[in-house]
Amino acid sequence: MEIWGMSTEWYLLLSAALFTIGAVGLLVRENLLVMFMCVELMLNAVNITFVAFGVGWNDVGGHVAVFFVLVVAATEVVVGLALVVLLNRFRVGSNADDVSRMKG
Amino acid sequence: MLDIAWMLDIAWMICAFPLFGFLILLVFGRRLGEPHAGWLATASIFGSFASSVLVYLAMLGLDAEDRVVPKKLFTWIQVNDFTADAGLLVDPLSVTMVMFITGVGMFISMYAIGYMHNDKDFSKFFLYLTLFVFSMLILVLGDNLLLTFLGWEGVGLCSYLLISFWFTDTSNASAGKKAFITNRVGDWGFMLAIFLAFTSFGSIRYTDIADRIAADPNSIAVVTATAITLLLFVGAAGKSAQIPLYIWLPDAMAGPTPVSALIHAATMVTAGVYLMVRVNPIVGVAYDFAPSVIAWVGVGTALFAATAAVAQNDIKKVLAYSTVSQLGYMMLAVGTGAYVAAIFHMVTHAFFKALLFLGSGSVIHALDHEQDMRRYGGLRSLMPVTAATFIVGWLAIAGVPPFSGFWSKDEILLYAWEHNIVMWFAGIVTAVLTAFYMSRVVFMTFYGERATADIAGEHTQLAGEHDNHDNHDKHGKQPCEVSRIMLIPVIVLASGAVLLGAINLPFASGTHFLEHWLEPSLYNNEAYASATTGTKWILALLAAAGSALGIIAARAVYLKRRVASEKFEWAVAAKAWHLDAAVTSFVGGPGHKIFNAVNTFDSVVVDGLVNFTGQAVRSCGGWLRGFQTGLMRFYALLMAVGVVFMLVWFVSRASF
Repeated sequence: MEIWGMSTEWYLLLSAALFTIGAVGLLVRENLLVMFMCVELMLNAVNITFVAFGVGWNDVGGHVAVFFVLVVAATEVVVGLALVVLLNRFRVGSNADDVSRMKG
Repeated sequence: MLDIAWMLDIAWMICAFPLFGFLILLVFGRRLGEPHAGWLATASIFGSFASSVLVYLAMLGLDAEDRVVPKKLFTWIQVNDFTADAGLLVDPLSVTMVMFITGVGMFISMYAIGYMHNDKDFSKFFLYLTLFVFSMLILVLGDNLLLTFLGWEGVGLCSYLLISFWFTDTSNASAGKKAFITNRVGDWGFMLAIFLAFTSFGSIRYTDIADRIAADPNSIAVVTATAITLLLFVGAAGKSAQIPLYIWLPDAMAGPTPVSALIHAATMVTAGVYLMVRVNPIVGVAYDFAPSVIAWVGVGTALFAATAAVAQNDIKKVLAYSTVSQLGYMMLAVGTGAYVAAIFHMVTHAFFKALLFLGSGSVIHALDHEQDMRRYGGLRSLMPVTAATFIVGWLAIAGVPPFSGFWSKDEILLYAWEHNIVMWFAGIVTAVLTAFYMSRVVFMTFYGERATADIAGEHTQLAGEHDNHDNHDKHGKQPCEVSRIMLIPVIVLASGAVLLGAINLPFASGTHFLEHWLEPSLYNNEAYASATTGTKWILALLAAAGSALGIIAARAVYLKRRVASEKFEWAVAAKAWHLDAAVTSFVGGPGHKIFNAVNTFDSVVVDGLVNFTGQAVRSCGGWLRGFQTGLMRFYALLMAVGVVFMLVWFVSRASF
């Protein structure tokens, strides 16, 4: 199966690469904003997968799922950025490892 | 016709009056002080007596089969399909009980106003007394086993509080504890019986149980019914002082005498008998040996306690053993299926034994708390009214016709005869002994001469011990008749002791008033004597002859002094055949070790299991807590690892 002259596997490989970059970035970077970007990266990697399958199998369900993911990502950003702003207001900074008051 | 249905609806007031009195005394008792606190208590018990009479009258207006009236007040406990209501069961049995409890209680409360005169805890006494009456009424009127058990514990508590009323004396305090702890053994049986009744009937209401058995006697396994009967009897044996749990009752005499009269003679100790009568449908379907056990324990207790009573020198101890003995008679009646006879004897006994206790209380009061009969004598001329009423009580308990005790005891002996001749014989021997020891009390107390010389040495010693009690002028002071407030109750009870035999006369079917009255509560479980009139006459004459024999023998020994009294007062009987001591040494020795072992088992194994569970959860949590680092990148890592594992799982299990 091909999309615009390229077989689907390439799209999936791209998606996997982006997802891995996002996941690794999330784990290794300490800056909250960068971690956010990594999360977005992972979500968009998933979106590519959805769209690829949606076009490939001619199923609109894949496109619909993307919209859901976009909405979830938007809300997540709203909450997450609000937290980042608050942390800055309390002079904690945006280093994720400095926020460990919930240690058990 | 007058509409009297409303009078049934006031049944709750029977309990409400003493509760109200209790609450007022609780708050204002000290301020009311003497004698108002006493009058308030008496008035509240009178209120409940008046309501119970109204309820009785209302019941008379109903047909016999409509006379079992459950009155639900509110739902007390509701857990899944277990329900215990705070409800009153108004039926002939409970109304009979309530009337004599409040009737006798009212007069004893009045008497106590005089008896407790100048006591520093005057109002507290009446506080406990009203609480007792309330609990007793709950016990009797409760429409289910659990409510009865609540009252049962309530009277136990009041009994404890009142036995050790003068708790500054260690022996009084420990007598109270003994009563409480011994009763706990009985309560164990009662509680197990409640559990068993609930699991087998699905309900603990008396009416439900009776209906279920009436609908289908096979609805309960005979073994279960037997177990419930015997477990309830363990409870009854504790409360009603049967062998081997009787040991607390003689010691309970440490309490003030009105308490002994009300709680430890007339009402509370009959609760066990009442309970066995109340659960007659269950007893009815049990194996035959269960009632037989009850009857044998009863008759054994009756005979045993009568022998012990002969050798006691403390007037209250004689009466205490006499009470144990009479309770044995009642249990004998229950065991032989003669429920009516048991209730009949309970009522007559309540009157004449309360009378005897109050009479002894008057004597003790007049003689500055002297309880040793060897220091009594010749009081007849000094206390004529007390003597006359006490003699009435004596004739009643001794079974002299036509006093009330004769009729009720004769009834019991008749059923014992039908059941087993050995029981009858033991019963008649007990009757002779009863007549003997009661005559002994009367002759030593009211006849002869005031005997103080024979134990004078002991006396001075005692007086010396009580120096600070101002008892020096004891010898000089002449005992005199007690005040009117103490005489009126005694006179009323004496007339009851004379007349109450009339409530169930054996002459014709029509004169069995009590029997017809109680029929709706007994569900045809009552045994009927099949003896011919001739046999009944012979038995009655034998019983009368037995009491005459006892009285004549006592007269020869204690009045005419023809035979040395030591011959009858065996040391072993004075110590109640060492049963008490045996129980004490068992519980103190091997029993203590067993209890310790059980305690160790409990703390090591049972508690160990519980604590282990807790510890395990704790340490697991402690270990898991380490994962809660607070570092969100660590959480993200864990999630990633989890996702990987889940992926591996799904991929490896995938069926495509």
